[in-house]
Amino acid sequence: MRRWLAAAVAVLACNTALMCNATLAEEPAALMPGAGADVTGAYCNVCHTSDYIVMNSTFLTGDQWKAEVTKMRKAFGAPMDDATVAEISAYLAANYAVAAKP
Amino acid sequence: MIAGAGAVLAASPSMAGESTRIPAELPDGTRSIARFVNLPGKRRMLRLTGRPPNYAAPVNVFSDVITPNDRFFVRYHLDNVPSAAAMDGWSLSVSGDAVERPVQLKLSDLLDLSTHQVVSVCQCAGNRRGLIDPHVAGVQWTDGAMGCAVWRGPALKDVLNAAGVKKEAQEVWFEGADKPLMDGTPPFRKSLPMEKAMDPDTIVALTMNNAPLPLLNGYPARLIVPGWTGTYWMKHLTSIEVSTQKLNSFWMQTAYRVPAGLFPVDKPFRSQTNETTVPITELVVNALIAGPLEGDEVERSGFTITGVAWDRGAGISRVEVSLDGGANWRDALLAGSVGRYAYRRFSLQTGALRPGSYRLMCRAVSQTGEKQAERMKVNPGGYHNNVPGVVTVVVS
Repeated sequence: MRRWLAAAVAVLACNTALMCNATLAEEPAALMPGAGADVTGAYCNVCHTSDYIVMNSTFLTGDQWKAEVTKMRKAFGAPMDDATVAEISAYLAANYAVAAKP
Repeated sequence: MIAGAGAVLAASPSMAGESTRIPAELPDGTRSIARFVNLPGKRRMLRLTGRPPNYAAPVNVFSDVITPNDRFFVRYHLDNVPSAAAMDGWSLSVSGDAVERPVQLKLSDLLDLSTHQVVSVCQCAGNRRGLIDPHVAGVQWTDGAMGCAVWRGPALKDVLNAAGVKKEAQEVWFEGADKPLMDGTPPFRKSLPMEKAMDPDTIVALTMNNAPLPLLNGYPARLIVPGWTGTYWMKHLTSIEVSTQKLNSFWMQTAYRVPAGLFPVDKPFRSQTNETTVPITELVVNALIAGPLEGDEVERSGFTITGVAWDRGAGISRVEVSLDGGANWRDALLAGSVGRYAYRRFSLQTGALRPGSYRLMCRAVSQTGEKQAERMKVNPGGYHNNVPGVVTVVVS
C-alpha cells in the first residue's frame, strides 16, 4: 500500500491545489433588499454565505431568528453589539420569518 | 474541469437514472437556492450552501452499496477549509495527560503501522433534517448527507499505542485542520470514550475506496468511527489528545445533543452525559429507496424497487416494502452483506400492476429487532430522522 499511496497522494495534491478556491468561490444567494440588508450581509457573510439565511426560510418566527442571531454572537463569537443584533434580527424577521402562532 | 467549477446544471429529463428533483418537502427557501452542481472532484451534487460547503448526494447514488468518492457528501461547520497544498508536510500529533510520551507522526509513520479495512456508512446526524415537518433550523439536508465507502488505514488504537496510553485515560480528543475565521468561534473539536477509541474498527483512514481521500472528505487523514454519526469522523485530522478529563467543547456539550433516553444506544457515552441530554452517538436503523425515483413512470408489467438499509453495526435482518403508502407491506429480498457497518442492498419485484399512482415506502429492522420510527422523534437539533419516506410513481 505504501508506495502506491505516496504516488497517488502526489497526484491528488497537484489536482487539488487549484481546486479548493474554485470550489468555495461560489456566488452567494442574494439577500432581499430592505432596511438592514447591508448590515446583515456585512456581518453574516464573514463566516458564511447568505445561503444559510435563505435556506432556513420561511419557517422561523421573528423571535426564533433573534435567537439564531444571538447564538451567532454568544456561541460563535460574532463581534456584534446589541444594536447590531437588533438590526439584523429585525431585518430577518421582516424578510425571512413566519408570523408567530397566537 | 476547473472552468466548469460551480456550473449549474439544468434539470433535464434526459439524464437517465439521475435524480433531477429537489424534494418538495424541503422549506421553500431551501428549494429556491438548492442546485445540482459539478464541483472539482465531485460530480453533480446538490448544493445547499457554498461557504462553508454543504453538498448532498442525489438519491439515485444509493442504488449501490459503495458510494463513489465523487458522489460522497460534503459537510463543514467552519469556513476555513484547508487546501491540499496546505496539507503538504502534514503530520499528526498524539499527546495529552494520559499518554506516556507525546509523538508527532508523519504519513510514513502511519503507513508503517498495520493497515485495517472497514466498510462503513458515514451519515450526518442531521441527514433528512430538511424533510422534517415542521421544519427545524439547521442545514436543510435531503436523504443525501450520507455515503458508504471502503476505508483503509491504521487502527486508532495502534496510533494511540505509539504514544503509550495510561490506565487513567478517559477520553480521546480530536481536532482537524479546518478552522474558524473568528477568534471567538469555537474550534471544531470532538471526543470519543476510550472503549470506542480502542475498538479495532475505529481507524485513521488514509484511503477511501482505494484512492486518497478527496480534499472535501478529509484529505489526507480522517477518523472513521463505524456505527457513529458523522460528527465524530474528524476530517483533516491533525491532533489527538488522550485525556483523563472529558473534553469541554461547544461541539460536545452544546451542539450535537439529544434528549436523554429518546434514541436507543448500545453503549452510553457516560463522561459526556448530563441529567437531561446525551451526545448523539450511534446511528438508528434506517432504509431508503434509491429507485425508481419520485415521479417516474413505471411499467404495467412490473418493475424493481431497490434501495439500501443500514444501522449501527448489528446488521439488517429484514426490509419491507409498501406500494400503497404503508397500508400493506411485503418482504424485500436482501442481497449479501458487505460488512456490518455497510449499506445492505434490498430489492423487490412488484409483479404486474394496474394503471394508477403508487406510493412506495420501505422500512428496515435490525438484527436486534430495532425498527424505524413511524413518526419523527422530535428533538431541537432535528437529528436521527429515520421516518420512512414516500416515493410516488405512476403506472400508465
